[in-house]
This record gives sequence, C-alpha cells and structure tokens, in this order.
Amino acid sequence: MIAKKNYAEKAQMKKTLKMHEESSSRRKADEDVQEGAVPAYLLDRENTTRAKVLSNTIKQKRKEKAGKWEVPLPKVRPVAEDEMFRVIRSGKRKTKQWKRMVTKATFVGPGFTRKPPKYERFIRPSGLRFTKAHVTHPELRCTFCLEIIGIKKNPNGPMYTSLGVMTRGTIIEVNVSELGLVTPAGKVVWGKYAQVTNNPENDGCINAVLLV
Amino acid sequence: MAMNTVMCLLTDAEGTPLGSAMYIPHNAGHLQLINLVNTFLNNEEKLSYSFYVSDEELLVSVGTYMERNSVSVENVLKIVYRQQAVFRIRPVYRCSQTISDVHEGEILCVSFSPDGKQLASGSGDKTVRLWDLNTETPMFTCKGHKEHVLAVAWSPDAKCLVSGDRDGKVCCWDPSKGELLGNALSGHKKWICGIAWEPAHLSYPSRRFVTCGKDGDARIWDFTLKRTLIVLSGHTRAVTCVKWGGDGTIYTGSQDSTIRMWEITQQGQGILKHILRDHAGWVNSLSLSTEYVLRTGAFDHTRQVTCSDEEMKKIALERYIKAKGKVDSPERLVSGSDDFTIILWEPSVSLQPKQKMVTTARVTGHQQLVNHVYFSPNGQWIASASFDKSVKLWDGVTGKFITAFRGHANCVYQISWSPDSRMLLSCSKDSTLKVWDIGTKKLKHDLPGHKDEVWAVDWSPDGEKVASGGLDKDLKLWKG
Repeated sequence: MIAKKNYAEKAQMKKTLKMHEESSSRRKADEDVQEGAVPAYLLDRENTTRAKVLSNTIKQKRKEKAGKWEVPLPKVRPVAEDEMFRVIRSGKRKTKQWKRMVTKATFVGPGFTRKPPKYERFIRPSGLRFTKAHVTHPELRCTFCLEIIGIKKNPNGPMYTSLGVMTRGTIIEVNVSELGLVTPAGKVVWGKYAQVTNNPENDGCINAVLLV
Repeated sequence: MAMNTVMCLLTDAEGTPLGSAMYIPHNAGHLQLINLVNTFLNNEEKLSYSFYVSDEELLVSVGTYMERNSVSVENVLKIVYRQQAVFRIRPVYRCSQTISDVHEGEILCVSFSPDGKQLASGSGDKTVRLWDLNTETPMFTCKGHKEHVLAVAWSPDAKCLVSGDRDGKVCCWDPSKGELLGNALSGHKKWICGIAWEPAHLSYPSRRFVTCGKDGDARIWDFTLKRTLIVLSGHTRAVTCVKWGGDGTIYTGSQDSTIRMWEITQQGQGILKHILRDHAGWVNSLSLSTEYVLRTGAFDHTRQVTCSDEEMKKIALERYIKAKGKVDSPERLVSGSDDFTIILWEPSVSLQPKQKMVTTARVTGHQQLVNHVYFSPNGQWIASASFDKSVKLWDGVTGKFITAFRGHANCVYQISWSPDSRMLLSCSKDSTLKVWDIGTKKLKHDLPGHKDEVWAVDWSPDGEKVASGGLDKDLKLWKG
C-alpha cells in the first residue's frame, strides 16, 4: 500500500516536473520561409523559437496572487503534535509539564540565542539543528549542498513554521549564489525556494528539490 | 583685489590648439569659455560648445575643477572644446501612435525619408508601406516583392525609394504615389543585406545606389535605367553591410571578416582599392563619420523649401565638408564585428586600424558580438550596440572608450541618434527602446510598449518623431 502511494506520488511529481519543462521549452528553428521573418542581421544566426514565454509569466503572476504554488510534493502526511513534541517534565518534583522538546529537524539561523532556560517553552536540541541542505536541481539533475537561509512554510501549521521545524514537504529558502543564476533584469539570484523531500529526523540530512 | 588665474590651453577635438596658453580667471564658467572660443574663432553667430578636461565634461567653473581634482596650478590645463549642435531636439518619451494590424508580418526595417516627411517600413508580409506622418496613418501599400522585405533605403534627395528582399530582388518605388517603377530587379542570387545611395554632393538628383547580398556581391544599380551597372565581386562570403563614402569610395563589410574599398573609375568600371583585414569574425556593421550627412543630403533641421538641383548639390557639398571637420581631415570608418571588437579606421590615410576598441582589458570592450555601430551626426561619438545587453559610447576621433549604457535586459539590436547628437536611442530583444542622454551619460527615457522584440528603429532627421517595429507586427510612433 505504501509502495502504491509512493508510486502515485512519483508519477505526480514527474508530471509536474514535465509541465514545468514544457512551459519554458525551446525548439530549434527550421529553415522556414513563410513564417519567422527576421531582419537581415539575424538571418544567418541560429535562433531558437520561444514557445510563448509571455503567457507563462502572466499565468505565474495569477498563481502568485492566488497564493497557490505548484510544488513537487503537493500533499504530505500530517504530523501530529504528540509526534512532533516530547513532553519534558520540570520542576523540583518533576510535575510541571509545560516544556516541550522538538523531535524533528530544525533550523534556527545564524544569530540564534536561546531564551533563558527557565522560561523556554520549546526546546530545539542542537543535535537536530541543520544549516545545510542537499538540494537537487530538477532539470540539471545534480545535487548541491547549499546553505539554508530560512523556513518559508511548513505544511503542518504556522506554529511549526515559526519554530523552524523541517519535516517532509516544508518549503525552505536556500542560498543559490553558487549556481550563478541571473534574473532577466540582470540581477544575480542568490535565494531560491526548495521543498524538503525526505524525513530529516530519520536520515540525519536534509534532501530537497529546488523549485524553479 | 587679486584675481586667481589658471593657465589653460584650449584645443579642439583633434588636438590643434586655439591660440596659445592663456590665463583664465578662476571663476570662469561655461558661458565665459563659450564667449572666449567664439571670439577666437571669429564666429558670426554664437555657437554652443561643450568643454572636456581629460575626457570628463567640465561642468563647473575652472577654479572649482582645479580644487576638486587637486590639479597643480603650475601645470597648463588642457581644455578640449567640442561644438554642440545649434538646435536642440526634444527627447522622445511617449508613444503617440501604435499602428497594429496593418502590417501582417513582422516589421524588419523602418526608414524616414531624408526630409523627414515620409516613413517607409518593410516587413515579412512582403510589402513596403508608406506612412503619412501628419495623421500617423498608413498612406500607401507597395506590393511587388515576393519575399520578406529586408532592407529599405531613401535616396538623399528624398525622391526615390528602394527596397530589397529575401529573394535578392530589388524594387524601385515612387514614394509620392507608392507605385512600383518598372519590375522587380533581379541580379542578386540570395537575400539582400543592405542598400546605400550615392551621396547627394556627387550626383544630384540621385541615380545610383549599391546593394549588397548574401551571395558575396555588391551591385551598383541605376535607378532611372533600372539595371545593374557594375558588379563588385570579391568577397568570399555574405556581404553584410555597404556604405557609399563622400569621396566616392564604396566600403563593403563581409562575413569573411574583411572590409573592401571599391572605386568607380571614369570608364565606369568598379575596381578594388584596398582590403582592410583585421577582424577575426564577421563584420556586422559599418559606419562612416559623415554618414548622417550623406544620408540626409541637402536637408537639415531647418527644413528648407526645395530649390534647384544645382543649389541642392552645393548645399549638400557644404554640409559634407562641414561634417568632415577640417578640409583635409579624412573620413573615418568604424566597423563592428562578431569577434566582439570595434575597429576605427582612417582608410584614406592608412590601411592599418587607427584604433582598435578591443577587449584587451575585457572591461571596456564588449563581451558579446557587436551588432550595430553608428557615428553620431556630428561625427564626435561612436555608439555600438551589442548582444551583451549594453550600448557603449566611444570618442569619434580617437576611439577611446567613454562610457557604457546598461539597462537593457537582453541583446541590443539597433541604435539611432537624434539629429543634434545629444541623445541616443537603442532598441532591443527585450521589447523596450531606451533613450540615453549623452551629456549626463545616463538613461533619459525608457520606452516600453512593444509586445515582443524590437528589430528596427529610426529617428526622423527633423527630430520630431521616432518609429519602431519588430516581431509583434506593430509600428509604433513616438513623440517628444
């Protein structure tokens, strides 16, 4: 049954990735005489035809407005609170139970300082803190070890997003200055979103796929 | 009261000093320097000048400049003066008209007539269209080509229009009626890359024009006889651009990376004069320092009424001499190539390049192929458009790099100067046109609006309008 679900997920991811590919496809121009009039200075140059990138940007703008994003893993198994947190007993008689320890991988950021331990409600153990993620580029099919900048959204709830918990399906922002991407305006891209694809608390590392 | 003075030497762009070194008061500003130059040159009307010290424009008073740059008072300050155009063109900033659905194909070339009264555009729908500039509507549709119209050129007397297409055929039109004169002239075996007319001061009314094509030949045609006069063959690959110089030399640049200079003898033979070899890639574009004047012939910004043929020829000759600079200064040629370099030549002086605007430093040169080079109408600057998304400005006399205009997000295709040489217009693959100010060296206006790549742009010689067209089949007219 799990295998079936995995297969369904894999098929869905492949479909989405292929859709992404099609929207920015480039095809080599043939020796067409009727269509494709080009000025004299472009005639001898090999030009690739673009498949209407213009409408794609409009569609993307609409999706941004609606707040819906197409991600490789659209649905993830919800994580229950008792699975996410472990109750820590405190106090002289160990009767107080208001402290919780996170059992999943977290990201805290470089300038993180703990609250005074007496008043800390959520404990994020340093053993489960990660700074880097192995990010795969879906088209180039190669993996880079990139630094995490922050957590964008955890599908299990805004509380986990604010705590910085990374579970499967979380959208994180990674530093892609290594990849050398440039926007059409000429500016260098240094942060991009990626989605976590494994269970980091089981594996000890974060695997993610870049959202292009 | 002791007046602080500065020792200065005024020189012109080519280095000849105006008088000897003199003491100029500290607080001498722009106006005082203009008065000084005008007195020295004995100008009847006060002409406007701009002043440069070590290639930077002098905008403040001389004294302030010395303080700011801590130049020693003991040294003689060299100030270069350049004449600015007497008239001022209004910068173009708004689209006055978008004409869609008239051309059924992409617009491949636009050209204003030299008197600025008419506009011709050639397109992929095999027609040439003439536009009425007063009402901004189409006037005539000229059908006669069987293939995309790649090049269109007006004669310097504004009476003849010639267009070349992808089949190699050349059509002659009567622009006042929009009629095809004769048949489509065949001769070239492959598509036509460029057309150039004989200058007005050499022959008035205009009769001869030269076309260059992919087949490697350049052909000289006679407009009235409707046939080829001379075939200039020699290039081994496509000839991408051709220019007819003011001294009668024809320059052709080709994909075989050479530039050939041809001459027409008294007997009517075309002979090869010289070959300029220095590029390592296709020569994409040529420009002469007097090009603008040769294109506009006897018409200038004053929009004169037509006079007799001899008078027009005389006026054209006067304008040509003035544009050349001094009487014995040679015509300069600049060529832009696929090897990312631009070379400035003085072909009548020497066969070796005068200045190579080359990527030795990789900082000042272009990082991608150079698509279009164009001398400013006063011959003082050279602008180059490249596929590296920048437009670069170079000194027109020495070839030194001045500044780069960055702002386009994709390849820059073509450039056009405003008739007073104060503004530069560039069109690009990113569907925008940009107006750059030469004085401040910054972007003046951004002209978005086209839906797709812009392939052709032209600024009318009277400075009133700009026309642009490209892949989205719309012709846009912009006004100041």
